[in-house]
Amino acid sequence: MTTDSQPIIKVENLQKAFGDLKVLQGIDIEIQKGEVVVVIGPSGSGKSTFLRTLNLLEMPTGGKIIVDGVDITDKSANVNLHRQKMGMVFQQFNLFPHMTVLKNMTIAPMKLLKKSKAEAEAKAMELLEKVGLADRADAYPSQLSGGQKQRVAIVRALCMEPEVMLFDEPTSALDPEMVGEVLEVMKQLARDNMTMVVVTHEMGFAKEVGSRVVFIDEGVIMEENNPAEFFENPKSERLQSFLAKVL
Amino acid sequence: MTEWFEKFKADFVLNFLDDDHWMWLLEGLGQTLLITFFAVLLGIAIGVVIAIIRSTFDKNRETLKARNRFTYGLLAFFNAICNIYLTVIRGTPVVVQLMIMYFVIFASSTNGTMVAVLAFGINSGAYVAEIFRSGIMAIDKGQFEAGRSLGFNYIQTMIYIVVPQMFKVVLPTLCNEFIVLLKETSIAGYVGIEDLTKAGDLIRGRTFSAFMPLIAVAIIYLAIVMLFTWLVGKLERRLRNSDH
Repeated sequence: MTTDSQPIIKVENLQKAFGDLKVLQGIDIEIQKGEVVVVIGPSGSGKSTFLRTLNLLEMPTGGKIIVDGVDITDKSANVNLHRQKMGMVFQQFNLFPHMTVLKNMTIAPMKLLKKSKAEAEAKAMELLEKVGLADRADAYPSQLSGGQKQRVAIVRALCMEPEVMLFDEPTSALDPEMVGEVLEVMKQLARDNMTMVVVTHEMGFAKEVGSRVVFIDEGVIMEENNPAEFFENPKSERLQSFLAKVL
Repeated sequence: MTEWFEKFKADFVLNFLDDDHWMWLLEGLGQTLLITFFAVLLGIAIGVVIAIIRSTFDKNRETLKARNRFTYGLLAFFNAICNIYLTVIRGTPVVVQLMIMYFVIFASSTNGTMVAVLAFGINSGAYVAEIFRSGIMAIDKGQFEAGRSLGFNYIQTMIYIVVPQMFKVVLPTLCNEFIVLLKETSIAGYVGIEDLTKAGDLIRGRTFSAFMPLIAVAIIYLAIVMLFTWLVGKLERRLRNSDH
């Protein structure tokens, strides 16, 4: 990974509090184009909140998030335009149940990017083909398995041609035998040089695909490193004890 | 037996056929249906507006407070007005509202039907607003977030994603509101409107025979309500079957 250019995302002293509860207490990180940053940490550590602040599903209560040189926490920033460039995949899939798979994928490009129906559908079918779900284009979400739903959710986000993809525990709600098919799609995405920020408990994925692994605990980044160093030589005690529990 | 039947027949003729009394019931029914229909439309219009204001305020309070104080203030103001409306309308009897409307606010109007439509519509709007709002709130938060994360703004997310799902949730309840309203309009006689109930009462006053006209009125209401309940049931089953 080349890291000499301007970072695509630059986070400075990011803070988020829910009332008195301080979830994020000053996060600083730079993410380069094409990087796969895997975020791990104990539950309640703020890792999901961190991810959600990146596309302002949670409003930060302090600090800056600079994307492509624009501070999106600034009042004048166009949040909707920013979100178009940042795809998000949720733990609970959140497919639209009243639309077919194809409609799920084409509605945003048609309404927001003003693509024609044919154009949007062609792109959607191409992506469905890639993840092996072209034959399910006319199915409704309730007719899909969990793994299929999540693969559709990933390609739905890709239809907007985002610059960055955010994954919020994408495999946590899946039956074990379906985790692999979703991770495979994510690996493919990483090989295609997509910039990704992934919150996950899949340590194998972090080791294999991550260009950097970040450990968040108590609302701050405790430690970050390349996967090899991160898992072989954890420096902080907190990370050592955390890894001892999960590995 | 024949004696009883003769008396029944005489009563029937007296109450329904003499002087074309049955026409009174028919006209009364027309009046009742007319008031109910337009009151429901008005109620839905008011309900949609209020539900959207209230749920928008609830959902975006924090974001707006941080990013756009003017919109926040505006929305908070409208939200407060909605809350006052809901409290007053739901906290006072509809018959009192109807009389205030007729004898105070529109004291100079002679169009009783219009006043009744307004009174019942404004009353129904408060209940419909809560039906819609609970429908919007019943939609999983993740649906909303998925819409926003694709880049839809708040209104677009509402139109394309939340409202179509909400509609399915609230349709049966909405139909029930229609049934409730139909029966509620029976108090329209208080302000001199000759609706179905009033028509029955007028016949009773003419013939001094209470049983037949009042039972007839009850049966007509019951028949309409049963018809609608049946239709709602059918609708509910259809919605459930198409549940994707």
